Amino acid sequence: MSAPSTATATRPTAPSTRPIVEVRGVSKVYGKVRALHAIDLEFEPGRLTSLLGPSGCGKTTLLKIIAGLIPPSEGEVRIQGRPVTGPGPERAFVFQDFALLPWATVLKNVAFGLELRGVPRAEREERARHWIAEVGLAGFEQSYPHQLSGGMRQRVGLARALAVDAQVLLMDEPFSAVDEQTRRKFQEDLLGLVAREKKTFLFVTHSIEEAVYLSDRIVLLSPRPGRVAGIVEPKIRRDGDPERIRRDPVYLDTVETIWRGLKGYVE
Amino acid sequence: MQVAGFRLPASSSLLLWLLLWELVGRAEVTILLPPITAIAARLVEIVPTPSFAEALAITGQAFFLGNAIAILVGVPVGVLMGRSRIADELLLPWVNLFVSAPLSALVPVLMLLFGIGQTTIVTTVFLFAVWIIVLDTRAGVRGIPPSLLEMARCYGAGPLQCFFKIHLLAALPEILTGIRMGVIRGVKGVVIGQLLVSVVGFGHLFEIYSSNFLMEHFWALLFVLFAFAVLVAEGLAWLERRVDYFAAARH
Repeated sequence: MSAPSTATATRPTAPSTRPIVEVRGVSKVYGKVRALHAIDLEFEPGRLTSLLGPSGCGKTTLLKIIAGLIPPSEGEVRIQGRPVTGPGPERAFVFQDFALLPWATVLKNVAFGLELRGVPRAEREERARHWIAEVGLAGFEQSYPHQLSGGMRQRVGLARALAVDAQVLLMDEPFSAVDEQTRRKFQEDLLGLVAREKKTFLFVTHSIEEAVYLSDRIVLLSPRPGRVAGIVEPKIRRDGDPERIRRDPVYLDTVETIWRGLKGYVE
Repeated sequence: MQVAGFRLPASSSLLLWLLLWELVGRAEVTILLPPITAIAARLVEIVPTPSFAEALAITGQAFFLGNAIAILVGVPVGVLMGRSRIADELLLPWVNLFVSAPLSALVPVLMLLFGIGQTTIVTTVFLFAVWIIVLDTRAGVRGIPPSLLEMARCYGAGPLQCFFKIHLLAALPEILTGIRMGVIRGVKGVVIGQLLVSVVGFGHLFEIYSSNFLMEHFWALLFVLFAFAVLVAEGLAWLERRVDYFAAARH
């Protein structure tokens, strides 16, 4: 089960701007299991990078290490040059299972991050209302999570992450618990968001199509131990009709290339 | 229930039993069972007396104080056990032991420790109520989805904010169940404590009534306590149903 150094991927080009997130030699060991091995990565502002790999490759672990939720066994993560010792206001997290407060309204959920930071009620609710409208949930401010569909709940999770105005958005398989039609709409909206907001997006997914559709850069992770197997930068024009991307030959070729590269890791 | 096409109200069977009691009482089968109407009359007679009011005040005080301390101690300890593996392993055997132990047997020891008086009774109420509150809170906290706590940490919550904004609210249905069961046990605690100490409150009155064979007084007092216990339990059950809407929607 050794991970071959795959040649299916292009190496990253020299970063044009100073990286906002730096991962330096990060390893994670759980007892005898080596979940991540010697990960070196940099993430630049304004781009969306996907961490792509089969289950068990440690992509969520890596994201949580960057979030400061899990300490690495070796190595370190730096955000804007400063070492990570825990969660911080420059990072916001979007959870796979949405992680909404079931007893609180949409408004209160979206304002939760601001509430924890001690932002006064009037101000945090105004900002929450803005982001609720921005993710397309205007009119649902007083609804409770259990009254919403899965897709709408994740929009609440996204609005909460955007409301705290973090520089780095960490998204852990955010659309995997959402049905296919909703997911497509969500992906289109996310492209718009990446273009509008000059933030750094780190996106964990196990869907090759999703990664290629959304990403400026795709980090391929191999399983057990998780290590960087390659980096792909799909050269896809994203300024036109978002539906056209799925018919773009570059999109289709990239999906095919990545699948051939990852095939070897699937039992 | 329907009889001959008529819909009877929910507790109408109670009337039948009361009627039976009345007949047995009138037949003077035993001195222990006076007619129910005589007990009712005695109830109306003793409730306004100063000795009853005094007993009620001192019982209520012990009951509320004991339960308040049980909640203030039980909920944080339960949260701690639900969160920390070490705390859980240290405390769980004791909690399990005490939740099922015959605590009445401890009251004489408490009397030696705290004297024959109100402190002993408050401690008895506390000991009866606290363990089930700890256990239910612990179960509620263990059921909180890990991502909810990760979310709170991600957005900058410290341990205190996690406690008040996540643990308490996310486990609220279980905590309220624990409190309701604790308070019901607390009713037993206050009565048993007073009966064993037998110089304060209703325990004192029970002692006087039963040693003087004042069975009408005795039953009247017992009915007051029953009514009190049912009222407290129902009130808390009502409160619990009000938060149930989200307990069902949590998962």
